[in-house]
Amino acid sequence: MQITSPDFKQNARHALDDVQLQKALGNVRAGFIDKRQKAVDALPEFEALRDNARDIKNHALENLDLYLEAYEQKVTASGGQVHWAETAADARSIVLDICRTRGARTVTKGKSMITEEIELNDFLDAAGIVPVETDLGEYIIQLRGEHPSHIIAPAVHVNQDQVEADFRRVHTHLAPDRDLTAPETLLDEARQVLRAKYFEADIGITGANFLVAETGSSIIVTNEGNGDLTQILPRIHIVIASIEKIVPTLDDAAQILRVLARSATGQDMSVYTTLSTGPRRPDDPDGPDEYHVILLDNGRSAMLGTEFQDMLRCIRCGACMNHCPVYHSIGGHAYGWVYPGPMGAVLTPALIGVDKGGHLPNASTFCGRCESVCPMKIPLPKMMRHWREKEFERGLNPATQRYGLKAWAFFARRPWLYRLATSIAIPVLGTAGKAKGRFSWLPFAGGWTKHRELPAPETRTFRQQWSQREALKQGGAA
Amino acid sequence: MTVASDKPKVGLFVTCLVDLFRPVVGFAAVKLIEEAGCEVDVPMAQTCCGQPAYNSGDRHDARMIAQNTIRAFENFDYVVAPSGSCAGMLKKHYPALFKGDARWEERAKVFAGKVHELVSFLADVRGMDRVTAAGAGSVTYHDSCSGLRELGIKAQPRALLASMDGIELREMRDPDVCCGFGGTFCVKYPDVSNAIVETKTKAISDSGAELLLAGDLGCLMNMAGKLKRQGSPVEARHVAEVLAGLTDAAPIGGRD
Repeated sequence: MQITSPDFKQNARHALDDVQLQKALGNVRAGFIDKRQKAVDALPEFEALRDNARDIKNHALENLDLYLEAYEQKVTASGGQVHWAETAADARSIVLDICRTRGARTVTKGKSMITEEIELNDFLDAAGIVPVETDLGEYIIQLRGEHPSHIIAPAVHVNQDQVEADFRRVHTHLAPDRDLTAPETLLDEARQVLRAKYFEADIGITGANFLVAETGSSIIVTNEGNGDLTQILPRIHIVIASIEKIVPTLDDAAQILRVLARSATGQDMSVYTTLSTGPRRPDDPDGPDEYHVILLDNGRSAMLGTEFQDMLRCIRCGACMNHCPVYHSIGGHAYGWVYPGPMGAVLTPALIGVDKGGHLPNASTFCGRCESVCPMKIPLPKMMRHWREKEFERGLNPATQRYGLKAWAFFARRPWLYRLATSIAIPVLGTAGKAKGRFSWLPFAGGWTKHRELPAPETRTFRQQWSQREALKQGGAA
Repeated sequence: MTVASDKPKVGLFVTCLVDLFRPVVGFAAVKLIEEAGCEVDVPMAQTCCGQPAYNSGDRHDARMIAQNTIRAFENFDYVVAPSGSCAGMLKKHYPALFKGDARWEERAKVFAGKVHELVSFLADVRGMDRVTAAGAGSVTYHDSCSGLRELGIKAQPRALLASMDGIELREMRDPDVCCGFGGTFCVKYPDVSNAIVETKTKAISDSGAELLLAGDLGCLMNMAGKLKRQGSPVEARHVAEVLAGLTDAAPIGGRD
C-alpha cells in the first residue's frame, strides 16, 4: 500500500470533512470504551494481570533468540516447517514459493495485520493467486479496495448502508430485490458467500496472536470462527507472524489472554481461541496436510535493546486507539500506513522510518490515556517523545519549528533576559487586548486563532506585580 | 526584615502561562498556600519548566532549563505549581531527563520529591479539607491530563470545591478526556486540535454549568478560547481563583 504518512495533515483534514467517516467514528467512541471499563471493573485483579502480562513479554523479549529457536524445534518436531523472513519481500516470496510449488490458485485468509504489513493481497493478486479475506470486516474492505482503519475492527470506518451497497454491487448472483436492511442479513449473506470459498481454497493463511515456544503452537483469537475454517479446511496452513509474538509457555499465553479480549472488546475471552500445532496427525479428524510458519522480522530485531523495545510487547488489542482523542477525530486511514493510533505512532516510524512516519508521534497531545489503558503497560507517550528526539537530532522537523523553539529556549535559559523580554512584551500585548480581553487574530499566532480566540494577558506579569508587592512590604517594614 | 519562622517554606513555581497571561492565579496560589500554614516565596530565577523543548525532542535545552529550575528552588521545603502539567514535568520528567547523569540525577530526584501541584499539595500534603471562599454558582470541572494521569489529581479539587457554600458541581460528559491543547500540538495540528476541543466544549455546554474550572491554564485558554469563538456564555477560571475567592478579575478571555 502506498505510504501517505508524510501527508498526515492533509489526510486529517480530509477525514475531518468526511461526513460518513465522522458518523462511523462516533461508534468507536461509544462502543469500545464502556465495554472495556465494565470488563475491567468486573475483575479486581486486572491491574495485577497487566503487570504480569508485561513481565511475561519482557522476559520473552530479553530471551527472544532462545525462545524462537525452541519454538522452531517444536514446530519441526510436530511435522511443521519454519521459514525465517528478514524482510517483507522475503516473506512474500516464501508464500509465493509454497503457492507455486503446490499449484495453489485460491487462498483464504484469517484476519492478519502482518499480511497487511507485507502487502500480501496485492502481491498474490499480481501473481494470479486469488486471496479471499474471511473475517467479515476484512471481507468488506477487500470488496471496497481499502485497507483496515483499525487493527481489530478493520471496517470500523464503514457504515451499514455502505456495506449494503457494496454487497449489492459485488454479489450479483443473488436476488437484486433481497432485503438487507437488518445487520444480521448482511452477516448471513457474507457467511453464505464465504462458506463456498473455504472449500475452494488450496491454502489457508492466518496470523498469530501468540507463538508458544513450549509446544510449537500458534494461537489465534477470533469472534467469527472464520480463522478455524481458514486453517482447517485447506490442504495447507501457513501462519505468518512477527518474531515478537513468542511467549515461553502455554500458561503464559493464557495469562495474557486474560487481558487481551477485555482490553479489546470488553469480552472475558474472544469467542474462539484456536491453537494449531503442526499438520494433521494420523488420528486427527481434520487439519491440514502441511503446516508452515513464516517468522517475520521486518525491522523488529533492530528495536531490541533500544528505547523502543517496550513497543514489542504490543498484543494488538486496539485499546490505545479506542481511547485516543486524535484517533476519534480522524480515524485510522489518516495515519497513512498499516498501524494507526498511538501504537501506530510508535511502531510506524520504526518500520518505515521516522523521515516518513514523523508526523505520527508528533500528532499526539500526550494526554496519556493510551498508556493508562494499555494491557501491556507500554509507555506510548514516552516513546513518541523519543521519536521526536530522533527527528530533532536529525533536523527533520520543519525549520520554523526549530528556530521558534531555539529562540524561545534562548530566553528560557537566561532568567534575567527572560524577565526583561516578558516585562516589555506583556504590557504591550495586555494593553492591546485590554478592551476585549482576547484576540481573534495575532501575527505568528495563526495556528491558535484559526479556530479559537486567544485570551489576552493582564498588563503586567505576575513577577512584575509580585516584585512590586514585595518592595512595598519591605518599604513598610523598614 | 523577614522574621524566620518554623512554617514550611514553599517556593511557588508560577508557570510561564500564569506569569505572562493570568497573574491572578499566582496570587490565588500564594493566598491558598499561606492559608495552608506555609510561607511562600517566588524565586526570580525561574522561567519555564522546559516542556516545550522536552516534548519537541530538544533534550539539551530541556536539561539546561531544568538545571536552572532546580538551582532556583533547591532551598525550599516544597515546590508548588498551579498546574498539573508543569508539576508533572518537574516531578516525573526531570529525573528521567537526567537519568545516568552523575552530577544531576540525584539532585533532580531530591528536587522532584519536593514538587507538588497546588490543589493536591493543599489537600494531600497540608490536609486542607475546606476553604473559606464563598461559592461561585454552578461549575463544571475538567480534569487536565497530566494532573490526572501523572499525579492522580481528581478527587482533591472536587472535594475542596464541595466544601464551599453556594456552589454546585455539574459534571460534564467525559471530564477526563483531553481538551486537545497538548502544548505545541494545538498549533502544529490546529484542525485535529479543533475537532477535539469542539467535542469538549459541547460537553461543557451540555453540563449546564455557568463556569468552567480546571487546574491548568493551557487547557483553560484552549477551552475558553473556543467557547468565546463559539459565542458561548460559559465563563472559565483556574480552580485556584475560585478556591481563593479571587474572582474580581474578568474571566479567562474577558467578559462580554
